[in-house]
Amino acid sequence: MPASTGSHATVAMMGAPLVAFRNVGKTFANGTVALDGLSLEIGEHDFVSFLGPSGCGKSTALRMIAGLDQPSVGGITTPLARAGGAGQEVGFVFQEPTLMPWARVADNVRLPLRLAGMADADAAHRVDEALEMVGLAQFRGAWPRELSGGMKMRVSIARALVTRPRLLLMDEPFAALDEMTRLRLNDDLLRLWAAHKWTVIFVTHSVYESVYLSSRIVVMAARPGRVVADIAVDAAYPRDEEFRLSPRYAEHCRAVSRALHGSGAAHA
Amino acid sequence: MARGGIARWVVPLVIGLIALLAWEATVRIREVPAYIIPAPSLIATTLVADWAILWPALLVTLKITLLALAISVVGGVGLAFLFTLSPLVELSLFPFAVILQVTPIIAIAPLILIYAPNTLTALLICAWIVAFFPILSNTVVGLRSADRNLQDLFTLYGASRWQRLRFLLAPSALPYFLAGLKIAGGLSLIGAVVAEFAAGTSGQESGLAYRILEASFRLNVARMFAALTLVSLTGILIFVAFNRLSVLLLGRWHESEIDEGR
Repeated sequence: MPASTGSHATVAMMGAPLVAFRNVGKTFANGTVALDGLSLEIGEHDFVSFLGPSGCGKSTALRMIAGLDQPSVGGITTPLARAGGAGQEVGFVFQEPTLMPWARVADNVRLPLRLAGMADADAAHRVDEALEMVGLAQFRGAWPRELSGGMKMRVSIARALVTRPRLLLMDEPFAALDEMTRLRLNDDLLRLWAAHKWTVIFVTHSVYESVYLSSRIVVMAARPGRVVADIAVDAAYPRDEEFRLSPRYAEHCRAVSRALHGSGAAHA
Repeated sequence: MARGGIARWVVPLVIGLIALLAWEATVRIREVPAYIIPAPSLIATTLVADWAILWPALLVTLKITLLALAISVVGGVGLAFLFTLSPLVELSLFPFAVILQVTPIIAIAPLILIYAPNTLTALLICAWIVAFFPILSNTVVGLRSADRNLQDLFTLYGASRWQRLRFLLAPSALPYFLAGLKIAGGLSLIGAVVAEFAAGTSGQESGLAYRILEASFRLNVARMFAALTLVSLTGILIFVAFNRLSVLLLGRWHESEIDEGR
């Protein structure tokens, strides 16, 4: 097993973790073991990627953090208010934009506030702020079907940010977009994260994307889902095109790729 | 071409006019007697001459149709919500809804006429039995078709049952409900007419179906056609009205009603 559970990533963390997995296992009703013995701590203000092949339980782990799935064994501790309660501290972005087609952009973004019973005047201000962040202020009255794939995803991100969450969970949010849109959204996401410093947990199957974005990469393997490497990406932010072309970026990509495929080879 | 083109109205109108002219010509040239096939012009004059009989009958049929439809909407949608909230209720009631639907109304109508307190109630029950099922089954499917990720989002933000119903399930079900309503509109008219045939009421509360029966006993074929014309027009009116409603409610967002030519 290469580079066992990351020491430097843990060292960089201060105070109590924002999310802690304690020996978490998940077995689905059909007997599939999605996760086995996952122990992991995630510190505040980190940008962590869960990287792995499909079936490694990375999305399941993310859903558990949100409280949308429950572990079969073990437990997750977090000070955050999650699903079931008045969950306003966690934002979730799905692979699909998941917008309500019958509501205009502003109403889609306002949904979490409406569910929390916030007054319209306060909510309107927050919605404008969130749309401003993703650069769609002038599209507040548009219908979702009038937007491109990338713009829909921006609306989805604005909706997740409208509650000013402490933790942003993203489940392969850019996987369905074309390369150009994807790179632009990566940059925008980093810019927003640098400005607001929420914690981001980002699920992806792209080595390049995870290295570009993250301060820490949790590499996972499938059947059963488990962590095979925990790698800190110590390149400084802000990162830009310069970083993408640098030898250090390539080096990191190689290391992460090795960890990912090493696990595959061990499995085969 | 966009859906709203003039051709959409003009072409069927011209075809219909040609058919009517051919009908009129055939009847006149071959001198077909009016008790076998009346000419369109005779049907038109009958429609005007018998207006005093036909108009009240139309109102009765219309009243039964719309009342039955209203009860179907309330009952169908209410039951669909109940089914969605409680699988146990669905498990126990849905088979009976199906039985009610698959039994031919014409076969049950005489029984209903025996047990209902008055004819109007009997007619309403008949029309309701025919019309409520498409609304129920469509709304149930619609309520279940809400996006899974949106469901999760509502869970994440701690939505109450009512909020989920109001902001997610109801809008998701709307296109399905409206499709059911279009079917139910036509069916409630059929239910009303069929029940009236079975009931054969006379006097104040007789609708178009009874007038058709009555005219057939008297070999007044022109009046049969005139009454039939009114039944058809009512059906068309109901269909057009619900189509407009559907466009009005879904035109901005649902694929089924988006007019790209606009």
